[in-house]
Amino acid sequence: MSQFERIRVMFGAAPQKPTLVTAEAKQVHSLKRMTKADFEAIKQHAREHELVTHKWRNRRWAVLVLVNLLFTFSFWLDIQILEGALTASRFVGFHLIDLNSALQVMLAHKHIIVNLFIGTATVFVVWAVLGGRSFCSWVCPYHLLAEWFEWLHLKLVSKKLVSDHEFHRGTRSVLWVVFALLAVLSGYTVFETISPTGILSRALIYGPSLALGWVLLLLVFEVVYSRRAWCRYVCPIGLTYGMVGAVSPVRVEYRLDKCFHEGDCRKVCLVPHVLDVVIKGRAADLTTPIGPDCTRCGLCVDVCPSGALVFDVKGLSKLL
Amino acid sequence: MNDKNETGAQAAETVGVSPVAEAAPAVASTRTKAPVRKQANRRKFIRSVCMVGGVLGLSMLGYVPVASARKSRLRPPGALEERDFLSSCIKCGQCVQVCPVAAIKLDDIDHGFGVGVPYIDARKQACDFSCDAVQCILACPTGSLTYTKPPSLEIRAGMPLAQAPVLKAKEDDPEPTLNLSERIGVARLARPDACLAVQGKGFTGQARGAHFRGHLRYVAVDRWKPIPVRDHPYQRDLCDLCVTECPIGDAIRMQESIAADGSKQYRPQVLEQCVGCGVCEMICPVEPAAIVVDQRQPWSV
Repeated sequence: MSQFERIRVMFGAAPQKPTLVTAEAKQVHSLKRMTKADFEAIKQHAREHELVTHKWRNRRWAVLVLVNLLFTFSFWLDIQILEGALTASRFVGFHLIDLNSALQVMLAHKHIIVNLFIGTATVFVVWAVLGGRSFCSWVCPYHLLAEWFEWLHLKLVSKKLVSDHEFHRGTRSVLWVVFALLAVLSGYTVFETISPTGILSRALIYGPSLALGWVLLLLVFEVVYSRRAWCRYVCPIGLTYGMVGAVSPVRVEYRLDKCFHEGDCRKVCLVPHVLDVVIKGRAADLTTPIGPDCTRCGLCVDVCPSGALVFDVKGLSKLL
Repeated sequence: MNDKNETGAQAAETVGVSPVAEAAPAVASTRTKAPVRKQANRRKFIRSVCMVGGVLGLSMLGYVPVASARKSRLRPPGALEERDFLSSCIKCGQCVQVCPVAAIKLDDIDHGFGVGVPYIDARKQACDFSCDAVQCILACPTGSLTYTKPPSLEIRAGMPLAQAPVLKAKEDDPEPTLNLSERIGVARLARPDACLAVQGKGFTGQARGAHFRGHLRYVAVDRWKPIPVRDHPYQRDLCDLCVTECPIGDAIRMQESIAADGSKQYRPQVLEQCVGCGVCEMICPVEPAAIVVDQRQPWSV
């Protein structure tokens, strides 16, 4: 799957089977097929020696909580390290501006002052390097809440009390365009009104608000009707960061030779379409970087019993 | 070659294992879709269209409070015109964080597009310029609060101040003025009958009672630390709190006149240098305040 193809998938296209498969990958595919008994035996072996770990999840939760607490305490305790909210802030004096909020303001107001530009450019570079959607799983407070409520949703699904209703993933792309157009045409930052990221961030810093009711409504919708609906099918912030991090060197990498194609990674993933490559026969090469829609949350890295999914920094791993 | 052989088994595995229905596109593209699958896709499409409509509808509901608001809020100093203000504000609250008297608050979602946008409730806590340098303008990352408007934005007649306002607390400094070119509103004696000065009355005690939580800077007490108004009781033979507590020079004065019967009459008179900070409204001891700030109101003689 080419980079272009992966970006198409982010915008909502369904992943396609690869047309060109490298000779090495073909060999691995065929080896896995021809020695079925052995394959099952190794798979069993890997399962028995699996280390159940939540390493990346715990690290990520810690980072997410710390970042958001830093905002809160910078104001409450007046330690002035990270002043503002997630939409715009100053880190020890340097302007940082959320890319989607910046976009909305620029489109609505049509005038860009120097501080707005500097803050946006800084954050752009940071997330272009760290992998755009890392923002979602490592910083966004709604992501953490949604993750907890997702657990409840899955619980109810397993008891057959609710079922997951999917939407077309292109919905998010459509909404992104419409919200951009609305900002230009109406002159108001329409999306910010309902952005649970902004609402939660402000509530954490400036105290609770009525707007939290809207966030709760979203969470209930996700529990009873559609798994992770906001992050998967709606949030334009996620798509903005996805585009910014489209060619980021930080990503999760898939290693075909270590994979037993059991699909656990796809069950825990927020964006399982990026893991299409782990399906038996889909990998075009021995190693494949996971696409830009990946939030680098590391749940798949944690859950994989055989180490077929690992964090990778392009260029850096070759150097080491 | 092996790809082809695996396709069948693959399809079964995909459907069985994966929680995601669209995980079988490869199969879908090589065969005609089963009727059930077709129907599922159609349902998914309809659901998605409904959600786009729902999300957009809900977000556009935010326009209702904006459009129906008869009066906008009093915004922090340096705020652009209301429409530009709402479009340029990034809703981060950095202005809230720098204000030494916590005059600035953020609106809630009942204000629609105004959610997270800063305002000042002058009666509860007015801006008394305790920060000396209009810190909220300095903190604003998007130019929603600004010292000087970009040339493309309109400047309404009566909004620019004739000269830079002199901050009484800084009167002895080499640079006594505030970097503020436009007013945010203008004070008005809304209820002259209630005004103690108009009635010729004095005032003794805590201006707003024992439970009032507002702060004010009293230069005589501490130039750098505003104190609660309730900790600073007054004793005036003629109530002139709005005049003496006004932080701006030449913005309000006590007008004295002789009535027909020869008695002296008093009335606070707002002058052109009024920036609309709202300290007079906050400190006014009668309930409700006799003097109020009309937000975004231009100066008119």
